[in-house]
Amino acid sequence: MTAADILRLRIALAAGLLFGLGLAVSGMVNPAKVLGFLDIFGNWDPTLAGVMATAVPVTALFYRLAALRDTSLTGQPLPPPPARLIDRKLVTGALLFGAGWGMVGLCPGPALEDLVLNGRAWIFVAAMTAGMAAHRWWSGRSRAPAASMAQVPE
Amino acid sequence: MNVNTVHDLNRAALGGGLIGLAAGLLMLSNGRAAGISGLFAGLLGRWPASWKEDVLFLAGLPLGGLAFRFMAGEVPVTLAASPLLLLAGGLLVGVGTQLGSGCTSGHAVCGLARFSLRSFVATVLFMAAAMAAVAVRKFL
Repeated sequence: MTAADILRLRIALAAGLLFGLGLAVSGMVNPAKVLGFLDIFGNWDPTLAGVMATAVPVTALFYRLAALRDTSLTGQPLPPPPARLIDRKLVTGALLFGAGWGMVGLCPGPALEDLVLNGRAWIFVAAMTAGMAAHRWWSGRSRAPAASMAQVPE
Repeated sequence: MNVNTVHDLNRAALGGGLIGLAAGLLMLSNGRAAGISGLFAGLLGRWPASWKEDVLFLAGLPLGGLAFRFMAGEVPVTLAASPLLLLAGGLLVGVGTQLGSGCTSGHAVCGLARFSLRSFVATVLFMAAAMAAVAVRKFL
């Protein structure tokens, strides 16, 4: 492994740790708090809006810095500009994800983090993994006859 | 606003800053988007070339939770949903994030930070669906 490879692994772990710390500090790891944020017609707790209010601009600043370069600091290619296609898959997927998120109060990041903070999260993560695997199996089957369809990267 | 609201808002903003720092570092240094559902699902099939990075990033999430519990003493995690609801919700989140190419981190943080129209549409839709799910459960 080169020095850049080792740096990349260290940064990945550090970024995961910071991300996990941020989810815990903000209260995003607490499904009860998340459900309060989503309960706009009831006893609404809007405070979690503060997470996106800082997370998005800080991320955007770093993305801007990255976009000024040809490669990442460790020499990796940077992702292409975002696709603009709004199709049925995106819409259906976002609606299904939102429904599941609102039923429990967990999205994937906090769910993985809660594995060590609340044992019941294992049930959710097991089902989430099964759902992902089912989608992979299904899309592998349905893609075969329509292999000419262009895959749109995120 | 009462003291608790201000306290919670400050915590949310601080946490969001840390999340932004994490997502920003991962892109600037490694050229990777911090989309958690995508990174996790990527490990379910043939492992990608970046699997070591992805595993370390994902392992950092629970480690960050443990680090915070060590510092703060206690982290409230109240998971009131019944086992059946946990299973149904987990399944929907699993299928939905794959069909819709992302979750809260991928669309509402990384996608919005790069002004992606797809991510904006996805974020509006999944927030609306989540709010509707909460409302439906309350009035049922």
